[in-house]
This record gives sequence, structure tokens and C-alpha cells, in this order.
Amino acid sequence: MANVGVFDVLGPIMIGPSSSHTAGAARLGKIARTIVGKEIKEVTFLLHGSFSKTYKGHGTDRALVAGILGMNPDDARLRSSLELVKQQGIKIEFVPTDLGDYHPNTVKFLIKDIDDVTWEILGSSIGGGLIKIDEINGNKVNLTGEYPTIITSNEDVPGTLAKISGILYDAGINIASMKSDRSQKGKESTLTFELDHEVPLEVVEQIKLIQGMNHVITINPVGGPNNENC
Amino acid sequence: MKIAKSGAELINICEENHISLSEYAIAREMESKGLSRETLFSYMHSTLSVMREAATLGREKEVYSLSGLIGGDAYKLQQYLNSGKSLMGSATIKAMAMALSASEVNGSMGKIVACPTAGSCGILPAALLTAGEELGKTDDELVQALFASSAVGMIIGMNATFAGAEGGCQAECGSAAAMAAAAIVELMGGTPEMSLNAAAIVFKNILGLVCDPVAGLVEIPCAKRNASGAISALATADLVMAGVASKIPFDDALAAMYKVGRELPKELRETALGGVAITPTGLKYKEQVFGKDA
Repeated sequence: MANVGVFDVLGPIMIGPSSSHTAGAARLGKIARTIVGKEIKEVTFLLHGSFSKTYKGHGTDRALVAGILGMNPDDARLRSSLELVKQQGIKIEFVPTDLGDYHPNTVKFLIKDIDDVTWEILGSSIGGGLIKIDEINGNKVNLTGEYPTIITSNEDVPGTLAKISGILYDAGINIASMKSDRSQKGKESTLTFELDHEVPLEVVEQIKLIQGMNHVITINPVGGPNNENC
Repeated sequence: MKIAKSGAELINICEENHISLSEYAIAREMESKGLSRETLFSYMHSTLSVMREAATLGREKEVYSLSGLIGGDAYKLQQYLNSGKSLMGSATIKAMAMALSASEVNGSMGKIVACPTAGSCGILPAALLTAGEELGKTDDELVQALFASSAVGMIIGMNATFAGAEGGCQAECGSAAAMAAAAIVELMGGTPEMSLNAAAIVFKNILGLVCDPVAGLVEIPCAKRNASGAISALATADLVMAGVASKIPFDDALAAMYKVGRELPKELRETALGGVAITPTGLKYKEQVFGKDA
């Protein structure tokens, strides 16, 4: 029996019409923006399943763009995001497509940042405004956006996980969940840590110094359906 | 305090501690989230304020959904109410207008509170705000009543579902109306047991209601079902305050709702593959919004 709280029942406060097609879509856009962490020049939205069929009627397009612009799902400007994004000079395109065996409400962001680096981020809106990010640049991750998160890409050598958790332990940061993924034995591996506390910059720097570490992404929470302002 | 897992437990806990449904919900939330009473009340006041705006906007001017399938009806009802010619009187018409307003605001990409869902966002605000105006209640009292509604909502969420995809419209609009009826009974001075009687009666009266959104959008027939749910909540509160009890207790009524929901074919659970969604007119509306290929 799932535990249900007062504001799970009376909430979220959101821009309509649909918690999964609108509120969840805005959160997906916002977390994609956070993952990129730089100014954005271009976004192509590959829309899958129900997203591809009903995005106009549910305002999914406006919600995704609002998220890219940094808005929360309860931001009244969400409705006019398509005009706002034009003013900011960000190029956007929506492409209904079939991405394969994914959740019906899935989007793949193809984002070009200010340094012309291209990002591929795939995520789904899984109901009630909840979301998950499944892939970043081809690496499988496990990200809900409700916790501060670190994602590392590193050489697949023994001890990396121990070193990272050691650094987090020394900083007094508790790990809420951890996922490890690698495409091939001995090649690059991706580690996702969801944490109970935000990670100070100096801790991120320490993790970057670990031998074999190629890339570290830190994501501050974009809020759960009931704590958008956190 | 113990966490109530059923309606019967909820009544027992309230009786043992000599507290109302709302005080149970407040105490539980303070304990589980570690929040102060002031923080909870402040957040619930902002929740009430979003509800009120959504229930008002469509009555003051015509609001249309993004698809254009619905809109302007809350405004029509308000004009009709102002004309003084209505059959059912001010409370009923006002509640329907408020419920339609919130649904239209939702469809127009305006701000709403999903209570419990976006599709049923008009029922609780409409019923509670109407009762509050008729009874001359303060916002503090309405906030207290919102906590009462959540006490019942938490039991529904723990034992059944709010999702139309799982339980049909009875899980969305039914739950919203059950929560609203329970809250209004507390607002009118009824006991926790009476509140749960009201919630049980609402569920029994909406049992079997399917979820069949035209074009898959939360507009037709959802907006009018919000109006209907608000009236059900208000009428049932009166029924219970007159001393009428539910012959079937809340937990049984809730279990029946959940079981009936799961027994509904998938065509009638938010897939837009049954009910009014696939009538010739429903399909015509779908084509109008999404084109021929969708």
C-alpha cells in the first residue's frame, strides 16, 4: 500500500490541462536544460507515442519549451512559451516520430549548446507529473529530478565507485540511489548517484580528479510534483 | 499518531483522539514531513487561492480550451444565475458555473490545482467554495475543510486509484466528489463518520462511470462531469446532514469502486477508444483537432 500525503491528493498546482502531457513535459524540459547547464542555441524535440499524437491539444510543445526556458509547471507564462522562445532567438523544431520500445509519453531532446556541442537526452513523463530521464548522450541513467544528482562518465576500472562514494561519505552526503551502466566490459561506464543533499562545487572537483574520470554532470533538483519551488 | 489505512481506522483514530478529519490530516502531515502547522496552512491557503481563481475566471469572461472544443459555458451559467430565472437556485447554479470555469481554465492552459487530478480539478473547488459562500465561512475554515478532504483522499489513494486509466471516471471525478462531500460535512459540523458516509454515498452514485475523453483531451465529456460531481457532493452533504446514513460503509463502497474500475474494459479507461469518444460526433471532433491521421 503506497503512502499518500496531503499534497499528493491536493496538488500539484499546475498549468493545465494534463499532469503527464503538460506538467511532466515542462519538468522534462527543465531537467534537460539543467543537464546541459549552458546557454542553448537549438532544440529538436523528437516526440514519441502519445506525445507525438496529441502534443498540440495538450500543449505538450509549449510545456517542453517552457521547461527549456527554465519555467516550472505552475508558471503562468508557460502558455506563451513558443512566442518567448522566439524572442530569445532559440531555434526549435518538433518532430513526431517512433523512437522504439519506450514509455508512451517520451521525448528525445537534441540540444545544441552555445559551444556547438550536441546533447541527446531521452526522458518520459510517467504519470501525475512524475518524470524520469533514461539516457544522456547514449548512456543509460536513472534520473527523476527529485534529488540532487551526479552523473559520471569514466573508464571502466575497478575502484571508481568506491572512490566516489568515499568522497561523498567524507562530505557527509548520503546516497539515495545509485545506478551503474556500461556499454561494453572495460570501456566507458556511466554512474548515476541520486543524493539527499546538494553537492558543493569542491566535492565535484574532487570527483573530477579521480583517475579515469572523463566527465561529471551535476544536477540540482528541478522539484518533484509537490515541491516545485524547492 | 497511527496512520489510518482504511476509513474504519480513520474514524477510530479520530474518535480515540477526539479530533476531526482535518486535524488528523494536519497531524499526519506534520509528523511525516516534519513541517510546522503554519507552513502547512500557508501552503494550503495558496492552494485555496489557485482554486478560487480557477473557479472564478471562466465566470467573469469566456474562457476557451486550447483545442477550442469547450469554452464559454461557465460564463453562460453565471449570466443565467444573474438573471434570477433558474430552477435550482443560486447554490446549485453557482457550483456548476465554478466547476465549468475550473475545467475551462484547465483546458486553456491556465493554472489549476489537480485535486486529485487535473481532469477533475473543478469539483472540490466548486463544491467547497459554494458551500463556504452559502454558509458564510472564512478562508481559514475553508482551508481546514481542504485538510478534511485530503484525509479521505489519502485513504482513497492508499486503497484504490485516482487514475482514469486504471479506474475510469469514477476514480477521478468520483474521488473528487467524495472528498468534497466529506469536507463539506465537516464544515457543517458533522462527525468523521458522517463525512465518510457522505463519501460512500457519492461513490455508490457514480459507480461504473467510464472515462471516455473525446480526442483524448480532458474536455468532452469531462467539463460537464465536473459540474455534475460538484452537485453530487453538495446534495450528498445535505442528505447526510439531515441524518441519512450510507447502508454500505465507506470501505466497502471504495473497494467496489476500485473493483468495478479494474473490471472496465480498457476501451473505457482513458484510452479514447470507447464511450462518447468513438461516437460519430466524437470522432469528428477528434479529426477537427488533430487531423485525419491521428
